[in-house]
Amino acid sequence: MSDTVITVLNVVTRFGKNVVHDGISLNVRRGEIYGLLGGSGSGKSTLMKEIIMLLRPQSGEIRVLGQNLLTISRSDAAILRHQWGVLFQAGALYSSLTVRENVGIKLKEYTDLPLKLIRDIVRLKINMVGLPEHAADLYPAELSGGMVKRASLARALAMDPKLLFLDEPTSGLDPVGAEAFDNLILKLREILGLTVVMVTHDLDSIWTVVDRFAVLGEKKVIAEGTLNEVRQNPHPVIKKFFRGKRGLIRSRNGG
Amino acid sequence: MQLTQSQKAQIRWLKSADGVILLKSSGDWTIDALRDAAGMLEHFSMASRNVSIQWDVSDVGRVDSAGMMLFIHYYDLLKSDNCSIEVIGAKDEHEKMYRLLREYAPGHPVVEPSFSSRFLRIFNGIGKISVAFVLDMGAFLSFIGENFVIFLSSLLNPLSIRFGAIVKNIEDAGVRAMPIVALTSFLIGIVIAYQGAVQLEKFGANIFIVDMIGISVTRELAPLITAIVVAGRTGSSYTAQLGVMKITEEIDAMRTMGFDPHRFLVLPRIMALMIALPLMIFFADIVGILGGMFISHVHLHLSYAEFLHRLQTVLEMKHVWIGIGKGPFFAWLIAAVGCFRGFQVSKSTESIGRYTTISVVNAIFLVIACDALFSVILTELGI
Ligand SMILES: Nc1ncnc2c1ncn2[C@@H]1O[C@H](COP(=O)(O)OP(=O)(O)O)[C@@H](O)[C@H]1O
Ligand SMILES: [Mg+2]
Repeated sequence: MSDTVITVLNVVTRFGKNVVHDGISLNVRRGEIYGLLGGSGSGKSTLMKEIIMLLRPQSGEIRVLGQNLLTISRSDAAILRHQWGVLFQAGALYSSLTVRENVGIKLKEYTDLPLKLIRDIVRLKINMVGLPEHAADLYPAELSGGMVKRASLARALAMDPKLLFLDEPTSGLDPVGAEAFDNLILKLREILGLTVVMVTHDLDSIWTVVDRFAVLGEKKVIAEGTLNEVRQNPHPVIKKFFRGKRGLIRSRNGG
Repeated sequence: MQLTQSQKAQIRWLKSADGVILLKSSGDWTIDALRDAAGMLEHFSMASRNVSIQWDVSDVGRVDSAGMMLFIHYYDLLKSDNCSIEVIGAKDEHEKMYRLLREYAPGHPVVEPSFSSRFLRIFNGIGKISVAFVLDMGAFLSFIGENFVIFLSSLLNPLSIRFGAIVKNIEDAGVRAMPIVALTSFLIGIVIAYQGAVQLEKFGANIFIVDMIGISVTRELAPLITAIVVAGRTGSSYTAQLGVMKITEEIDAMRTMGFDPHRFLVLPRIMALMIALPLMIFFADIVGILGGMFISHVHLHLSYAEFLHRLQTVLEMKHVWIGIGKGPFFAWLIAAVGCFRGFQVSKSTESIGRYTTISVVNAIFLVIACDALFSVILTELGI
């Protein structure tokens, strides 16, 4: 059993002539909360989509839970897909289903558990992400932005995934809501023993929840490591990021 | 952390000498392995009341939140059935998970008040449908009322009418629908002529085919068929267009900028259709009669000249005018219902489909009902 859950090696991605990744490598270890940072359009979401098999890189290697995604068989891929939950940038809840049905849909389709137990598991997950009980019967259109994120997190957690992918989970939330969401992620990791990969540009999240992270920029990984390791990096992009006004305030107030 | 196959979760029980039941669980209590254990626990809990239980979990392997939930569910259930339970052999990691999940575990579900008897439930349903219908009617009346007020105010200030939008809508709803209207009315002419020809031939009354086609097509069939085609084509697209604008909050944006959606979106559509539909009915009259004329020629050997000559003498203009005169009424119904349903679309994408369907069904029903009303009134008036 290795301690590396995700390995990305020399990945190259192009959309037509637009080169998004030019030789990207990084490692995610078991049990950590791993951040993917970078400016808008630096290819964070694209990299995440490659790791969860929605996109195929042009070249390079990606291993998730010991499986090579480029050579994986269909049946192994199906098993692998059950090992993770994904929170998409805009939530991507099914608009024709209630929150309860959204959270329960995978349980209904992929397990043969009695309905009574499924109902209980769904309520457990809804409670865990901090949604009020009455929200369970609302449709996505009737939820606020923060509730959509929570509902979609509950859906991602329905099958007890080993891996959790979050695409900008706190963007669009107010600072209080964002902090609550970060704490929620920490608590869930403890309860469920998750490994979390999160795309973010929230400086606060990087200080408080992320264990290690990679900074994407100029089509490469500019830096990878813990906050203290990365902050020593002299690369101009990193300097801008952490010595910018917001970064400075954050580091003065301590992490 | 490689992919591992789960061991089936199992549960067995045996009664020891002193009346204590020993419940022994083993295997992995994970989501993919729980089925048998869940069934057996259900079975066990049904049969157990007022007993003491020793629940031995020492042989349990991995546990996830589904497995823990199963445990918590039956632990609570047995407790509430007056059983005393002692859990033995729990591993540290299981206990930790239990403590963490316990606070989120759902209590017993709140049961919504519902009518127990099937008989009463029918009335409950009828009541709900009736209330929804009345509210719907109220909303529709206030919609056309608002629209009428805007219409009057734009009559006072004709320059505020969106002529450009009207012309564009006439092109979309009218000109582009000509091929399908031509095809359907031509076929209707053919069908009528064929059915009539067979009967009339028996009596040697071939020439009366002209009366039959002329009057039925212009007075009834062309208006009705055209309106139904337009309801399916234009009514539905009005609902979908406005529904999408509602979802993307374009309509709210218009309101904040002071553009009244009734003036900018609804009124041009209604006016455009009220202008286009009578013209299309006239077009359908011509094509339908052509279809009938063609079959009369082929089947009854009635020459085109004879047909046209007879048509001039038997087809009174009032039939044509009545048919065309229905046009604006049908058009108003179709456009008003289409726009009204479009505004009812809520935030979900699915509701566009639902309201589009409702809009077409409503429009076709209203058109036919309106046509029936016309028939009764005009017949009573002797026209
Ligand atoms: N499906 C696609 N087709 C073409 N280009 C794409 C596609 N998805 C992403 N891109 C491009 O890839 C780059 C990275 O996008 P993305 O991964 O979404 O960035 P971000 O880091 O903001 O999440 C952008 O330049 C974007 O235009
Ligand atoms: Mg993105």
